[in-house]
Amino acid sequence: MDKQRPLFEKGGKLESLYYAFEAGESFLFSPKHTTGIKGAQVKDAIDLKRMMITVVVALIPALIFGIYNTGHQHLLATGGTTGIWDHFGDKLTTGMVLVLPIILVAYAAGGMVEAIFAVIRKHPINEGFLVTGILIPLVVPATTPLWQVALATVFAVVIAKEVFGGTGMNILNVAMTARAFLYFAYPAQISGDQVWTYLGDKTAVDGYSGATALAVAYNAGVDGVPVTDALATHNSVMGADLFSFSNLFVGWIPGSIGETSTLMALVGALILIGTGVASWKIIVSGFAGAYIMGFIMNLLAVNEYMAMPPEYHWVLGGLAFGIVFMATDPVSSAQTETGKWIYGLLIGMLTVIIRVTNPAYPEGIMLAVLFMNVFAPLIDYYVVKANKTRRLQRATV
Amino acid sequence: MSKIVKLKKGFDINLAGKPKQEFSDFATPRTFAIKPTDFIGFQRPKVLVNEGDTVKAGTPLLIDKSMSQVIYASPVSGEIVEIKRGDRRKLLEITILADKDIIFDISQKLNLESIDRDILIGKLAASGVWPNIIQRPFGIVANPANMPKAIFISGFDTHPLAPDYGFSLQGEEKYLQAGVDTLAKLTLGKVHLNLDGSKPVPAVFAEIKNVQVNQFSGPHPVGNVGVQIHHLDPINKGDIAWTVTPTGVVQIGKFVLDGVYDSSKVIAVTGSEITKPSYVRTYSGANVSTFIKGNLNSGHVRVISGNVLTGEKIHLEGFLGFYHNHITVIPEGDYYEFLGWAKPTTEKLSYHRALGLFSFLTPKKEFVLDSNGRGEERAFVQTGVFESVTPMDILPVYLLKAILADDYDEVEELGIYEIVEEDLALCEFVDVSKHPVQELVRRGIELIQYS
Repeated sequence: MDKQRPLFEKGGKLESLYYAFEAGESFLFSPKHTTGIKGAQVKDAIDLKRMMITVVVALIPALIFGIYNTGHQHLLATGGTTGIWDHFGDKLTTGMVLVLPIILVAYAAGGMVEAIFAVIRKHPINEGFLVTGILIPLVVPATTPLWQVALATVFAVVIAKEVFGGTGMNILNVAMTARAFLYFAYPAQISGDQVWTYLGDKTAVDGYSGATALAVAYNAGVDGVPVTDALATHNSVMGADLFSFSNLFVGWIPGSIGETSTLMALVGALILIGTGVASWKIIVSGFAGAYIMGFIMNLLAVNEYMAMPPEYHWVLGGLAFGIVFMATDPVSSAQTETGKWIYGLLIGMLTVIIRVTNPAYPEGIMLAVLFMNVFAPLIDYYVVKANKTRRLQRATV
Repeated sequence: MSKIVKLKKGFDINLAGKPKQEFSDFATPRTFAIKPTDFIGFQRPKVLVNEGDTVKAGTPLLIDKSMSQVIYASPVSGEIVEIKRGDRRKLLEITILADKDIIFDISQKLNLESIDRDILIGKLAASGVWPNIIQRPFGIVANPANMPKAIFISGFDTHPLAPDYGFSLQGEEKYLQAGVDTLAKLTLGKVHLNLDGSKPVPAVFAEIKNVQVNQFSGPHPVGNVGVQIHHLDPINKGDIAWTVTPTGVVQIGKFVLDGVYDSSKVIAVTGSEITKPSYVRTYSGANVSTFIKGNLNSGHVRVISGNVLTGEKIHLEGFLGFYHNHITVIPEGDYYEFLGWAKPTTEKLSYHRALGLFSFLTPKKEFVLDSNGRGEERAFVQTGVFESVTPMDILPVYLLKAILADDYDEVEELGIYEIVEEDLALCEFVDVSKHPVQELVRRGIELIQYS
């Protein structure tokens, strides 16, 4: 380490690549910097790398479930399976073949952008990408073309993060920006009924519908059928109760790779809250907000979708995943403790409003998170202002 | 009306090497030094002595030309052996080779009953004890021309491995009382003495009168006088309060009762690398080498004047800081560690519980921490952590960001008047992004102070 260092330091041959070297070095070895002459002489064992890796670990249950479910949905749609646990190996391999390339592409594309920016802008490579690189694959369908994954990742890292100055400076959640980019640029590959389940060269079972549970619920509202009935009878040619509440909760449904399982999102939430990495206030208030808004919709119900029991909002679509992993991004969320309650609550409520009242976007969590990302500084502004006002009032008393 | 305040926010850094309540008979240090860099806000030093001069304990050595009525006196009697200057002739140290028996510069004893405030202040300022009085806001040596709204004394120190005043001030009760009585003459407001509410009142403070005694309990930084002021009588724009440590109060008391500048104090020699952590009686500015040499567990160490959160790295042959009652010796941390950011560990202390940091499972364990920086500086990412170790109604991250942006109004509105470095020192320790928090705090203070 010490031998190669001079090559990259000022005056060395590879001076311009210093930050690339530094990233590699500090990844392998914790640096030997010591604390300064004045100030804290000892430091806490935490660093940003460890914090970020904690988030990655919290995502692993959702990832593994997503891989298996991708295979499961494939066999289910093509008539290859009826039970959840049969053909275990097949499902796992099918899932891996589909999902791993997406992860690799996201990491490679995003990592490259990070490295280029670090070298040009002369800042250290940021650990934030460890998380973004795995979040992006989890919020797209397994059938997304790889070039779209790469393009979305590059777009999100550049536009949502690097133009603002890198990790810690961004306003929008990077992974949500990637998804929003795909949603608006290539809607054909990320919406509708056809994209959520991989069929490959096989054909679907007769009468199979690839609609997500969210779409089923929405259409039930349009058709005037009670949502719970519509969910219960969905795809009944293939088996009873495919969209039962427990299946929705565990996540045996079509959807983006990592978002289907509320259970796995909750496991991730436990890890994040237990390690103190994510704010429990945002998670709790997010779920509460969705329930409250769902309940208000019940009271005002003019169609069947509005009358859907509020707990269904928790298990449909990507709400749980979005609240646990996207809304809690410390950089783009509200940063004051009071602000976090308001921020989470509004994300939950907005998600349900968008879902129920907006015909164009079946999934509300993406727009709700991005919208509240933009408003988080405003919430914080008022919380900080209240703090200043308390100080001023004290002075005049 | 005494107050009882219980605080929850904060964190106790539990280190190995706590001092035993006994005195060690280390060899007496031969040299002592006064370092103008210890006195924050010291602007234009003027040295009043030359190398080779002989001085008594209490002889003025230097003044700050911007506040020339306050003198900085020699802690011991002896010969000036070195006036050390650094870059651009910045004055660093005045070193005195001490006599075997200290000779004091004796002045008239003061009668507190009859003395006029202005005369009293003049005497104190000219005695050498005055720099013990610190002004809030800014944490600088108090200006004798000001009238403080109150004076605050924190009677306990919650910093890691800090000395126990209940032990180190034994036998000084008479001087403590005289010091407190003196301070009471300097303000129209109250003199507050804040004690640790989680323990019985130490004998040295049990009989004290003429002060308001308040009880504070909770984790560090509850012992910081800044935190206590925030909960007793917060400092607003335009307010001036003074703070004194108990050691300073004793020095003031000795000057009033005996007419001498007696800088002797009991200091703790602590830290995981010290074989025999204990207390020793010495004078301000002592050369620390005699306390440490032959008393070390290992060779590669960092010697700190003060505690690990707010102290200053000094040499093995370095001198104790003016305001420090405490030496800490810890291992130097200049090593690479393979995948150090990912390894699970129970040996490294962390306030956090992120992946693989298990220190929270053993809250009673005494940790050995070294001076490794534990990662590199990054932008602010994690939120809510600074707030959880700052038991004040202050938003540290917003304040620090305002300082980084040199935003004068924001810095002022977000509460810079209420803090000095030590109040946010814990933030610097727990920071995920490794910002030099205390350096930033001083930058913010100077932004306001010199504008």
